[in-house]
Amino acid sequence: MSNLIQLNAANGVAEIVQDAWTRVIPPAAGEESVRKQAGKVVLFKLTGEQTYTPEQVANTTIPASGKILVPLTVWQARKAELQTRMQAGEVGIVLATHETAEALKAEFNDLNSLPIIAIYVERFADGRIFTLGNWLRTRYGYTNELRAIGDVLRDQLFFHKRAGFNSFLIRADRSAQDAIASLNDFSQPYQGAVNDVPVWRRMNRA
Amino acid sequence: MYKYDKIDQQIVNERVAQYRDQTRRYLGGELTDEEFRPLRLQNGLYIQRHAPMLRIAVPYGLMSSTQLRKLGEIAKRYDRGYGHFSTRQNLQLNWPKLEDVPEILAALATVEMHAIQTSGNCIRNITTDQFAGIAPDEIIDPRAIAEIMRQWSTFHPEFALLPRKFKIAVSGTTQDRAIVQAHDIGLEFYKDAQNQMAIKVWVGGGLGRTPILGTVIREHLEWQHALSYCEAVIRVYNIHGRRDNAYKARIKILVKALGIEEFRRQVDEEWTHLKEGALTITQAELDRVAQYFEPMPYETLPAHDASFDTAVASNPAFAAWAKRCVHGHRVPGYRAVTISLKPHGKAPGDITSEQMQVVADLADAYSFGELRSSHEQNLILADVKLSDLFAVWEKARAADLATPNIGLLTDIICCPGGDFCSLANAKSIPIAEAIQMQFDNLDYLYEIGDIELNISGCMNACGHHHVGHIGILGVDKDGSEWYQVTVGGKQGNDASIGSAIGPSFSAEEMPGVVQRLIEVYLQQRSDEERFIDTVRRIGVAPFKAHVYAEQKEGASAS
Ligand code: SF4
Repeated sequence: MSNLIQLNAANGVAEIVQDAWTRVIPPAAGEESVRKQAGKVVLFKLTGEQTYTPEQVANTTIPASGKILVPLTVWQARKAELQTRMQAGEVGIVLATHETAEALKAEFNDLNSLPIIAIYVERFADGRIFTLGNWLRTRYGYTNELRAIGDVLRDQLFFHKRAGFNSFLIRADRSAQDAIASLNDFSQPYQGAVNDVPVWRRMNRA
Repeated sequence: MYKYDKIDQQIVNERVAQYRDQTRRYLGGELTDEEFRPLRLQNGLYIQRHAPMLRIAVPYGLMSSTQLRKLGEIAKRYDRGYGHFSTRQNLQLNWPKLEDVPEILAALATVEMHAIQTSGNCIRNITTDQFAGIAPDEIIDPRAIAEIMRQWSTFHPEFALLPRKFKIAVSGTTQDRAIVQAHDIGLEFYKDAQNQMAIKVWVGGGLGRTPILGTVIREHLEWQHALSYCEAVIRVYNIHGRRDNAYKARIKILVKALGIEEFRRQVDEEWTHLKEGALTITQAELDRVAQYFEPMPYETLPAHDASFDTAVASNPAFAAWAKRCVHGHRVPGYRAVTISLKPHGKAPGDITSEQMQVVADLADAYSFGELRSSHEQNLILADVKLSDLFAVWEKARAADLATPNIGLLTDIICCPGGDFCSLANAKSIPIAEAIQMQFDNLDYLYEIGDIELNISGCMNACGHHHVGHIGILGVDKDGSEWYQVTVGGKQGNDASIGSAIGPSFSAEEMPGVVQRLIEVYLQQRSDEERFIDTVRRIGVAPFKAHVYAEQKEGASAS
């Protein structure tokens, strides 16, 4: 069963749908040394840090056909070979939470030429995903599918939705069916969000 | 004070339901410890040494008598019959059961209270001056904007998982009492040249492991932009804060690393996109919220009251209390009263369920049914008539709530420390109690005069030790508990971070160390000089010399 939740474009209702996209995942880096800071293992990459080594990018296997979700780093290095598929609408881009919206924008003059952008959150506690979603929607005017992938869990879904995401690939070991309920945890949130204004502009509270 | 409408009530009700389900899933094994952790923290629930600790939000320290009564009931029913007021104006329960928390939240929701975002890596409870709205030196009552910010920050979808906790303080007085310089964002309200409400914005202050006072990022911000500007600041922080290292993840480290100029440039750039948008606070919304903070229906009273004057003249104990626990009020014939939660020999900030009922009754009878908590961990009745002070004193005294020590050495600010907190290096409450007993002589306390002593059980600095005139910090040395002493810290407009005087001391030595610091002060002070003034004039060296001189003769500390 699919673990992909999508908000219906017409009525906003969440439904579980088949995933048409295949993620392109680079091979693991050779011997990845465990990084530590102040005695603790570093769990989050800093914004702007390298995602994949040139070697990993070069060794990435890209399926020969079908719709593919390609990491930004892979796209940057290998766009020549993906050009026609991009034009056919078969390529989407994966941006990691430590990558920047500017870097993505630098690649695509019109972000809406992309049928889908997925933001990969390695750990659910990384709240950069919300700002990235917000930026893509409000700053860069991106209107196509925006998908949260990675460590995507139901207790953050309400925030993902308000940050502009309209599809959510729930982590494989969790039930998307259960998670759907959390998209409606709150009926009248206080503050504005992507596509929403603060409650005092939404309704008369006097 | 602010009253919930349907929207507010619905949000806390939905929160109770949400958290009930999260707890159910955790207990049922559907959520791992790691996944549940930020969820429970954002609901104020810590897993502590002996039991969980639940931190209940008291937004900007304002409560009704009904709310305090309910807190008393909850403490009795779900805890051991007492609570603890923290340095961030919240109430902490030390012994609740994890599985009872949904019920506690449901009970809180019946009195318009909650525990939302009292912990975790999100925007925390916004704090302010405990005398907001009534202080004679107040220029602007910051509470309406504080409430607007509370709502904006509650379940903010973009700032739900920041690199680290984020604390905002607001203040609208000439004498800062909200330590705005020690917060991630400090908003100082003032009237600008056009007589409009404006904000001076401080950023990047914070105590903890790396104590830094904030820097002014913007001298003049129109109040309409309070939300959009904060949003720009926090957005830059959310993206660029040091998520790789929890000890460097506060905004102060980012501001320091970039430098204030560059940080300001990034914020301003972000802000240009937000500035005139939907976040702009409208006059209508300000008015809607401000109506809840209108002045109380005061009586017209003379500035003096004969019965009060007589009682002061004839009753030295009352006079002592009136001197220390009664504060000026902008309305003639009224005073603010501090209910001391610092009786000598008890944990600072602790209050029993019975005492909560007493204070709630006092608030109903004498102070329009409202009260406040202070970051000094006391309670305030903000609007008491001069002629009622004696009655308030008698009733408070009968409940051990009238120790006349406010602003004195035994009005110690103290975190829960090693008795409760699992992060602690050392106990803090027994140190506070021992110092209180050492100085359990009111005449001597008055002789010493105004002084602030702060104790934290570890470098997280919940007891704000860096800004105490005397600061005590619990440190761990080879598994045993030691205490490092700083002098010269100060809160307020001329805030400063204290300097360490030297090697640390054992718990037994601490009352004596404080004693010797006081001796130096009493010997060196001139005229009306307060302890902090003397330290600033003569420096730390004489204090250090006297403290360690005696030590050389006796047993030596490491
Ligand atoms: S200062 Fe340390 S010991 Fe004290 S409450 Fe905070 S974390 Fe716990």
